[in-house]
Amino acid sequence: MSITVNLIVNGKAVTQTCPENTTLVELIREKLQLSGTHVGCDTSQCGACTVHMNGRAVKACTVLVAQAEGSDVTTIEGIGTADDLHPMQSAFKECHGLQCGFCTPGMIMAAIDLVNRENELDEQTIREGLEGNFCRCTGYHNIVEAVGNAAARMKE
Amino acid sequence: MVQQSIGERVLRKEDLRFITGKGNYTDDINLPGQAYACFVRSPVAHASINSLDISAAAGADGVIAVLTGQQVAEDNLGSLPCGWMVHSKDGSEMKQPFHPVLATDKINYVGEPVAVVVAETYLAAKNASELVEVDYEEIEAVVDISSAQSAADIYPEVPGNTVYQWELGEKADTEKAISQAAHVTRISLTNNRLIPNAIEPRAAIADYNTGTQDLTLYTTSQNPGLARLILTAFVQIAPEHKLRIIAPDVGGGFGSKIFVYSEETALAWASMKLGIPIKWTAERSESFLADAHGRDHVTEVELAMDDEGHFLGLHVKTIANMGAYLSTFASAVPTYLYGTLLAGQYKTPNIYVEVDAVVTNTAPVDAYRGAGRPEAAYLLERIVEIAAREMNLDPVEIRRRNFIQPADFPYQTPVALEYDSGDYEASLNKALEMADYAGFAERKEEAASRGNKRGIGFSCYIEACGLAPSQVAGSLGAGVGLWESGEVRVNPTGTVTVLTGSHSHGQGHETTFAQLVASKFGISVDDVEVVHGDTGKLDFGMGTYGSRSLAVGGSALSKAADKVIAKGKKIAAHMLESDVENIDFEDGEFKVRESNQSKTFQEIAFAAYVPHDYPLEELEPGLSEKAFYDPENFTFPAGAHICEVEIDPDTGVVDIVKFTAVDDFGTIINPMIVEGQVHGGIAQGIGQALLEQCVYDETGQLLTGSYMDYCMPRADDLPNFDVGMTCTPCTHNPVGAKGCGEAGAIGSPPAVINAITDALGVMEIEMPATSERVWRAMQQAGGA
Amino acid sequence: MYDFNYHKPQTVKDALSLFKEADDGIYLAGGHTLIPAMKVRLRAPTDVIDLSGVDGLIGIREESGALVIGALTTHDTVATSEVVARAIPALNSLAASIGDAQVRNRGTIGGSVANNDPAADYPAGVLALGATIKTDRREISASEFFTAMFETALEEDELIQSISFPIVESAAYIKFPNPASRYATVGVFISRHGGQVSVAITGAAATVFRCPEMEQALSDNFAEVALDSIQLNADDMNSDMHASAEYRAHLCVVMAKRAVASMS
Repeated sequence: MSITVNLIVNGKAVTQTCPENTTLVELIREKLQLSGTHVGCDTSQCGACTVHMNGRAVKACTVLVAQAEGSDVTTIEGIGTADDLHPMQSAFKECHGLQCGFCTPGMIMAAIDLVNRENELDEQTIREGLEGNFCRCTGYHNIVEAVGNAAARMKE
Repeated sequence: MVQQSIGERVLRKEDLRFITGKGNYTDDINLPGQAYACFVRSPVAHASINSLDISAAAGADGVIAVLTGQQVAEDNLGSLPCGWMVHSKDGSEMKQPFHPVLATDKINYVGEPVAVVVAETYLAAKNASELVEVDYEEIEAVVDISSAQSAADIYPEVPGNTVYQWELGEKADTEKAISQAAHVTRISLTNNRLIPNAIEPRAAIADYNTGTQDLTLYTTSQNPGLARLILTAFVQIAPEHKLRIIAPDVGGGFGSKIFVYSEETALAWASMKLGIPIKWTAERSESFLADAHGRDHVTEVELAMDDEGHFLGLHVKTIANMGAYLSTFASAVPTYLYGTLLAGQYKTPNIYVEVDAVVTNTAPVDAYRGAGRPEAAYLLERIVEIAAREMNLDPVEIRRRNFIQPADFPYQTPVALEYDSGDYEASLNKALEMADYAGFAERKEEAASRGNKRGIGFSCYIEACGLAPSQVAGSLGAGVGLWESGEVRVNPTGTVTVLTGSHSHGQGHETTFAQLVASKFGISVDDVEVVHGDTGKLDFGMGTYGSRSLAVGGSALSKAADKVIAKGKKIAAHMLESDVENIDFEDGEFKVRESNQSKTFQEIAFAAYVPHDYPLEELEPGLSEKAFYDPENFTFPAGAHICEVEIDPDTGVVDIVKFTAVDDFGTIINPMIVEGQVHGGIAQGIGQALLEQCVYDETGQLLTGSYMDYCMPRADDLPNFDVGMTCTPCTHNPVGAKGCGEAGAIGSPPAVINAITDALGVMEIEMPATSERVWRAMQQAGGA
Repeated sequence: MYDFNYHKPQTVKDALSLFKEADDGIYLAGGHTLIPAMKVRLRAPTDVIDLSGVDGLIGIREESGALVIGALTTHDTVATSEVVARAIPALNSLAASIGDAQVRNRGTIGGSVANNDPAADYPAGVLALGATIKTDRREISASEFFTAMFETALEEDELIQSISFPIVESAAYIKFPNPASRYATVGVFISRHGGQVSVAITGAAATVFRCPEMEQALSDNFAEVALDSIQLNADDMNSDMHASAEYRAHLCVVMAKRAVASMS
């Protein structure tokens, strides 16, 4: 069986028909060819698939497309461009907050949500706030620094 | 133009694509008309296959084909090989079971692939995979490594389940030293089994063109050149020149993407058989079952000392788990990457190590970040710490008393290696200062006032990197050479394209190598592009593992760049009407010595490709040079790690409150990248010490088969790291680099465990030191 | 995931009739237990009935001495709710300890309670506070609701609409998370009202349970020392590779003491 869904992805209206057992991340990667959102696990833990849905970070591997009907979705491709990076993107580069880059889009999307929802961020709250995202390369040290750095810029 | 030289913190060239979602990982690639593969995997660890019925699956919706091990056998594909022959004490060759691409009549571990379903969609392939009916007749599984040698044989060709019984060092001298010593410290320890868990799961697309008969394999590989050699020369998938392997952006490897596995091999074979492109991306649960695991040793150690704590002899006896089959490098890990490191940073005159490698009904075990060296450093730094406590010596002092001194280099150890350079005390002193060891007693007291137990632990590790002098490796059983290729192509406008056989999957080669070459030529890093990961573009190369890329791959590029400069000098000499001996190259200019005449690097490049004023009778046009660099020796990064923990006495929870690492990696090109490598390595080492543990039950079922049960270090499990450097350059490679990728994972586990045992006032605790183990240790010590 | 039919009813009545018509229907709230289970093919419903379109299932309000939380209210909403903070702040911290930020943005109280995972956090709060589970057809007291591991008093098609928590003088939830999954290895919820103390423990056994020994001791003397002599019977506890029964029994007391300390 198939279902037709209407949603906004990175500011553009999207209408797609897909099987009902399609997840949001499958829609994003396979139908919309936005390959910046990744899949790193099958138990909703690694966070590589994190996108924003109606302004909040969600794991797109654990949302059915039908649940995303009518929602406003933003992926890594929707937050900044090469010429006009989001402060979180800039901070990850400047602080060397990424190595292989695979967890990075999900990490950046989760971090933006963290900064948006928390007023005061120190090292510990950043570490706790990134609980839903695994990185195997960086040891998180520079990610934590990047998020703190970006938070200051985002609140300016 | 910004010139950036060696030693500067140049931001990474590769980052822009990753932070904007424009990376190109294997699963991001889709080919027109591609089909999808799903593997049927064994749910049992040890069984005979009585029958295999694919008829229902083959007839299911969307299914193109169901291929089995029988068909693989009919096509005469070879065994997936282990590339390193290790000989036993008695001179016999290691016993290597046949490792089929797909199982035929026997299952040897849970998750072993039995068949592959190829269908129009992944969902169709997966649905149909459940319709493949396999009748397994179970056999009792061999899981426990300590008893594997007395269990029933898994393979007739591996009697006693023993692959080899290897030794290194002087047995009689070591036994004599131990029997006559004033003090002998003895411990038994386990090096816990780990699952690598690169965040990008393995993936591949095989694309066979029936017209050209070319096979292209896009895959998550750390070493596409080596993978091509194995798939063609050993497994005999296709002729070598007809197979192109592309490893695009790869999301972490840590060793697990070195090896040639069943799945990628089956995919390549299936694409040739069916004439269509086929894609497979592992689900994480498949990664847990079927990626090569790491570590898994049980070891007994004796360290003999005189009455002042000088080391006299070290005897190590290890059983190493190979899993069900010998993976690509598996045999070398607990031998040449382990036994050879047992001198550590110390002048122990007598060392003898025995290693029995065993097969079990578990996933294959192979190199994982550090590969053999973490196991060596762990046992050595644990027994040194315990020896200090038994001798009532400060753990720092016992190390100082035994360090190889700067004047001793080159230093020949009793276990084959010759260290070229180092200053171990310098790293330790710097670490002690950064960690404020002097203030530790006060901090311990303050923690006690809050009811917490505080401890400090040290680790002075060494590793051998820069694999490897090919002739040495060959004499020890390596099936391949371990040089690296590099090519420096100067383009007519003076920009540079660099091609390397090394492969970056997070290490930042696109920046480090660009920095290396840019500094050679006095040009901007932005004018250098690094190409890697495609056998269609590159010379044969050996890839990235064992912290070898800069020391070996970088040295190849350095030599190729030197050739470019040498040729440039000839061109400049012609254009400037001087002798080549009078031409100097510095800061991007070819200059006639003691004159103001010069040509820029760009002018020379242009002249080489537009050879109007050019010595064509003596010199070919063009400015592109290659080098193959075969190292003279291993490199020996070393350092000192200090861990400080606080333990909650009520729960046993360990909090790492301070972690200091001072490392000597020789010459550093980009300190930002090097520090990042150290951070990541420490995180994996802390993961091993505190959190990570691969567990099979007695029937061979994997209990830690998902992130619900396998504990990955998260941001809030780890502290910030204080990282410092010392430098004694490598004496035998042109870069002076020693390698930095694995050090963190090697040095940190013993530092963590030493800190915990110090806090608890106990001698031993097993890794991972979970809160329950710590709590139990406190119960036993009566100190809760 | 296997194939299924997706439905999004607008009313409880429609949801119930869709469930009845289905061969093997299941309600979908936040989906953060159901969807992972479906992805790894442990669950294979024929019909998924998404409740997110049903009016009145989301929201938090104070009502005649009780805090009422709609079944589809997310963990994040509860964690950050000022109404909750005024009424039962322990529920803020309980909700904030569930999963991770992304999970809390989707997962719901109703889904968690209906699932009754032995290591879930909410059941401890529901049981200790003596909450009432309001369904489409009745009210079920917490003491009768959690019947066994992954089992509740709900009838097959019965739908939780809201959960009503009596507002108590003080309460606290302290959790010892499983380091891998971050579910509760042990989670202890203590509430105190009018001299009555109730203690509910999750994670430690097959299902959430009240701890009469601790309740008695704390009713006599609401202080950490009152728990010094408590030793829970490890025979009743879960034992797995993450924590033995003996360790869990020990942690129950430690977590309870910490909860008491945070309330004092």
